[in-house]
Amino acid sequence: MLAMKEVYLDNAAATFVDPRVKAVMDRFWLKDYGNPGSFHSMGLRALRAMNSARSAVANVLNCSSDEVVFTGCGTESVNLAIKGVFAANKSKGRHIITTRVEHPAVLEACRYLEKYESAKVTYLPVNKFGQVSASNLENAIRPDTILISVMYANNEIGTINHISELSKVAKKHNILFHTDACQAGLLDIDVKKLGVDLFSMNGSKVYAPKGVGLLFIRKSVSIVPLIHGGGQEFGLRSGTENVAFIVGFSKALQLMQSERKKESARVSRLRDKLVNGILNLIPKVILNGHPKERLAGNVNVSFLDIEGEALLLYLNEKGICASSGSACTSKRLAPSHVITALGLPYEVAHGSIRFTLGRRTTSADVDRVLKVLPGAVEALRRLSPVHIKEEDLYG
Amino acid sequence: MAEPWFYTETVKDHFFNPRNIFKTEEEIKGYKADGVGEVGSPACGDVMKLWIKVKDDRIVDCKWQTFGCASAIASTSMLSVIVTEHNGMLLDKALDIKPQDIVSRLGELPLRKFHCSVLGHRALRAAINDYFKKTKQEKRMVKDEPMQATCGVKQ
Ligand SMILES: Cc1ncc(COP(=O)(O)O)c(C=O)c1O
Repeated sequence: MLAMKEVYLDNAAATFVDPRVKAVMDRFWLKDYGNPGSFHSMGLRALRAMNSARSAVANVLNCSSDEVVFTGCGTESVNLAIKGVFAANKSKGRHIITTRVEHPAVLEACRYLEKYESAKVTYLPVNKFGQVSASNLENAIRPDTILISVMYANNEIGTINHISELSKVAKKHNILFHTDACQAGLLDIDVKKLGVDLFSMNGSKVYAPKGVGLLFIRKSVSIVPLIHGGGQEFGLRSGTENVAFIVGFSKALQLMQSERKKESARVSRLRDKLVNGILNLIPKVILNGHPKERLAGNVNVSFLDIEGEALLLYLNEKGICASSGSACTSKRLAPSHVITALGLPYEVAHGSIRFTLGRRTTSADVDRVLKVLPGAVEALRRLSPVHIKEEDLYG
Repeated sequence: MAEPWFYTETVKDHFFNPRNIFKTEEEIKGYKADGVGEVGSPACGDVMKLWIKVKDDRIVDCKWQTFGCASAIASTSMLSVIVTEHNGMLLDKALDIKPQDIVSRLGELPLRKFHCSVLGHRALRAAINDYFKKTKQEKRMVKDEPMQATCGVKQ
């Protein structure tokens, strides 16, 4: 069989490593592999590389270098933000506010604190597009609230929150505000404009390697580390620094942000072409998330009467990589908590498919999907005994 | 750990080329079934519906529809083959089909997918019960334990 070119539309899960990123990492394997903490010129070269990577990141985020802590991944950044702030501030109060649609990194960190640290957590509802309202947030604030954590952009449905509005509410009540920005590489990530105190990101979504993350921590924030040891990263994340990945991550963020406007426009054109194509060609489809305030590369649709995992297998057979909010593809065997939080029934979540476009996605890729998808959906619908009525969905 | 995406060639074959299915809406409407059974719920992500024709206490024809993942679809397809091959299975034997019988014919299913095949034999039993009821053989009807919710969805 002729090898088929894969159409990769799962960029929200992981991106390729941009060759320009890989190029700046290469020298750390065989040449400049010293420990940045060592007292010799090999170590010094590593330290200098790391320092300039850090200041370049600080430049991108519009903060100072000593406010950037590198970590091992997005999950770690989020855990450090939530658990580290909680531990340092729990004498003031034990209440945290977050949302129902966060990534498991946030939700499970909160559940851990509820279970083992008697934290009280409010999980805010979202509107039908997946957004949190400033008034809901303000109403949830209590005298013992110490932290608010609201994601910048949702990883499943791509919906963007109005972070600067929400952070104003936090500031007004003197509460720390964290945002999980792991999906926000193509958005404005100026932390001053966003008004956030803590901000998490990772490399695997911005064309850097997997397994590197960062946490911006505003200087005034009280926080304690989760990982104790040799005192690296301002004492907030001990362990020998992953110099190569940090340098790569820094390069990736600079590239992403300098190409942001152009790339965002290009990708959102492709996204709209895909959404419109799907809605025009296939009946009984729901676009999940916000029609406009969504990530440039995110398409999330539910095909009524069929199950997402089955459709993924069809697409995979045709060389198309996507993902689904179906229970069958989740480790927990439960359908997407994000799509159900939008007020849509479970059966709609089971039929959800996410296509996330990226730097290498072309118009021809979108055409391929639009060619394959209608037939696959029809084949599965022919097999299905379920016939959902669209008008019944919004009761 | 079992790989979630590991599907045998047989599973894929039944998924991409499902056996004993209706080709058109008209065919469904015109189909004269002797028994029909449906189990599962869309909220849980699995629904199976089975139509059977019975002659001389054997299942001579079986059609089906499934809402569910690839293994749910493949296992219903395989089930429809098992009950109709060799001139049709005797009803008493068909009532005895266990999930494992379907899974072993499919080769293997990822462990976490096993529950998908649990519905197939229940849909079959429901269809046979329906046939018993319609033919006034209530005494032969079998009782199933109430369905364990496989997904924990509150309904
Ligand atoms: C919104 C969001 N938060 C957190 C994470 C976790 O990041 P990582 O996999 O790098 O730990 C991801 C990515 O999976 C994400 O999309």
